[in-house]
Amino acid sequence: MAAPRDKFGRPIVVVTGMGVITSLGAGKTDNWAKLTAGESGIRTVTRFPIDGLKTTMAGTVDFVTVEPFSTVGLTEQIALMVTEEALEQSGIGSKGDFPGPLFLAVAPVETEWPPRLEIGRAVGKTEFDFSDLLRVSGGGKYAQYHRRFLFGSVAGHLAETFGTKGSPISLSTACASGATAIQLGVEAIRRGESDAALCVATDSSVNAETLVRFSLLSALSTQNDQPQGASKPFSKNRDGFVMAEGAGALVLESYEAAVARGATILGVIAGCGELTDSFHRTRSSPDGKPIIGCVRKTLADAGMTPDQIDYINAHGTSTPENDKMEYLGISTVFGERAKQIPVSSNKSMVGHTISAAGAVEAIFSLLTLEHQRIPPTINYDIPDPTIPFDVVPNKARDARVTAVMSNSFGFGGQNASLILTREPI
Amino acid sequence: MTETMASPAREVWITGIGLATSLGEGLNANWEALNARRINVDEKTFAPCIVHPFAPVNFDTQIPKKGDQRQMEAWQRIGTYAAGLALDSAGVKGNKEILGRMDMIVAAAGGERDLAVDIAILNAAAKGNSDPGFLNERLMNGLRPTLFLAQLSNLLAGNIAIVHGVSGTSRTFMGEEAASVDAARIALARIAAGQSDIALIGSAYNGERLDLLMLYEFGGFNLKDGFVPVWARQNNPGFALGSAGAFLVIESKAHAQARGAKPYARLTNVVADLAQRTQPGAVTRSLEALWNKLGVHDGNGALITGATGAEPVTSEEKAFLRQHANFAVRATGTMFGQTLEAQFPLGLALAALSISHGALFPPNDPTGLEVEMSKPPTQIVVVGAGHWQGEGMALVEAID
Repeated sequence: MAAPRDKFGRPIVVVTGMGVITSLGAGKTDNWAKLTAGESGIRTVTRFPIDGLKTTMAGTVDFVTVEPFSTVGLTEQIALMVTEEALEQSGIGSKGDFPGPLFLAVAPVETEWPPRLEIGRAVGKTEFDFSDLLRVSGGGKYAQYHRRFLFGSVAGHLAETFGTKGSPISLSTACASGATAIQLGVEAIRRGESDAALCVATDSSVNAETLVRFSLLSALSTQNDQPQGASKPFSKNRDGFVMAEGAGALVLESYEAAVARGATILGVIAGCGELTDSFHRTRSSPDGKPIIGCVRKTLADAGMTPDQIDYINAHGTSTPENDKMEYLGISTVFGERAKQIPVSSNKSMVGHTISAAGAVEAIFSLLTLEHQRIPPTINYDIPDPTIPFDVVPNKARDARVTAVMSNSFGFGGQNASLILTREPI
Repeated sequence: MTETMASPAREVWITGIGLATSLGEGLNANWEALNARRINVDEKTFAPCIVHPFAPVNFDTQIPKKGDQRQMEAWQRIGTYAAGLALDSAGVKGNKEILGRMDMIVAAAGGERDLAVDIAILNAAAKGNSDPGFLNERLMNGLRPTLFLAQLSNLLAGNIAIVHGVSGTSRTFMGEEAASVDAARIALARIAAGQSDIALIGSAYNGERLDLLMLYEFGGFNLKDGFVPVWARQNNPGFALGSAGAFLVIESKAHAQARGAKPYARLTNVVADLAQRTQPGAVTRSLEALWNKLGVHDGNGALITGATGAEPVTSEEKAFLRQHANFAVRATGTMFGQTLEAQFPLGLALAALSISHGALFPPNDPTGLEVEMSKPPTQIVVVGAGHWQGEGMALVEAID
């Protein structure tokens, strides 16, 4: 039995439960089967009219419904579902009594168009301004919209449902949010504040305005004719990411506590690192230093060298910018090995799940370790010669994998990486 | 940084404070306004709602590039400005070595709507425009492409990184009043445990936003029919949104001493919880439990609270305060309005400022709940009970 502390004397943090939902389906089994079969969850959007949009596809979660519909409500519902799956697997605590804090990565919440349009209709005039809206908003008729559209609403419901302890934290680091939620859990356990942490990441925010927002930044692929082929990380003809929905939940525990209660250990969070890029609001520093620094910090945190990483689960968004910068960062740290070490992107299949990505992909990394099978980067027909990664093209590959690095690089210069292993190092 | 074997918790100091509020910019202006019992409210612009409007500043002094200012709306400008003031106050502005490893936890909501676009869409819908792609077309053509960046919650931290070079780790917490309690709590815990040496914490809020007034109108929370101080609102509950930016630099005592930094006060502890407010008295009990966890010393002290004037939470807080009558109370909601995520760092700032001045600022309350404090406060409890959910508390102390 391994010692419960790592080489720095900190409690080892293990994973004892996981739950995941993406456009591929609900649950680890369905997701893993489709992921390793190289299936795509990207479809033409049917949730709302797509007339006039430059990007008309997304990886939506259409098999879960909430009434009344709001993307916040859907975001909350899939968070509930993945948490249930994770807790069921973990067996920790009891129903409604989770012995630790909640860290929730969640899409920023805002009042949505359907209620806004509803209030507009309530004015009863055809020419009006915002003071009219304000006038009809009171009286308690729309009280449910206050509580629904508070930033803390999703975490509040999760904390209530699962009985997490203390003040639940809702966080955003853009596309790195899922990884940040895990990092916060790891740090809390390492500090000895708790023996367990519930780390959840959820994002079901595909609506007209969010699609338009990313579209106006020219961040999205416009290869709408073949939605399943649009997300093509590291390919020469990549043209942007595909927005998607998903959620992931992980139960983290100290190794000591997990072993003491006889829990099955699914994997280890061996290292976490993050580093801010102060260059630009959406682009990376051209010298790649923040990404390089983030990757190196993560290796240092795990007490590992680049040689020990068997597979990289890339951020791999399929934007011209990110994939190029990711190669620069990885090749600088890993040297010549960068061309040999498998580097694949789950986003080629499930799209970019934004606030959930870091957690969804951490879970896929842990499943990679469990099954000793690397999911492919699909749609890799025309390689980008300036990015000579082994992307595990188009077909999954069996491999001996002991340590995985999972990267997340977000808008606003948010870089975060995790190293996951099957066993404590 | 990689922390090592568990070691004794490290002492953490508040070494920098940045404030830009409805009462003015900077520590002196705010301190003088508080001592003069000044309140800045606007009862006209958003009538019948009341706001505490931001006192104009020259943004150029903290955000030199106009291009950077144009990328932001008011919320991010206020926050980036106040963050700059805090870095100046701590004496680390421009110190690339420190800033490059300074951690940041920002509490944030989100950015302003383009109200002109929203209203145009709603008017067109009211006129019977129901083409399937109508909303899409209006948004695609009406929104400026970079507005999204001015709205994204984590881009306040992003702008602070770009403008001021703070580029260690960066996290953004969301969740109204509780978000900044937890920002302080986590930043403190990381430094105390050796996971961090120095951190920037804080928030900003633009309360002069019709979309936010509407959100709180849904819940019946807006103060109307004339401004009165927080403790006098029992028969007409509600809050007046305020605009403010409040940031603090906190660091380990060793780190501060090594660079010769002068502290304002010690940030001794931060505790937080989320009580299920299903039974009357739940908030009172939650606050009492937090008090017992906080480590407050025997004897008297001061208490700075972000009590909102909303009900039933404010009455529940009063019941808690009555159990601690030897602590002189000050409600920041009266002087600054309800600034949501910025309220708790505002309270921390005023606590540290009071301790460094050797005096608590005067009461501003016709009901008599707030009383004078003649002695210099050596311990100040900062309280934040969210209007809807979440309770938090901090202990700020004089350094002997």
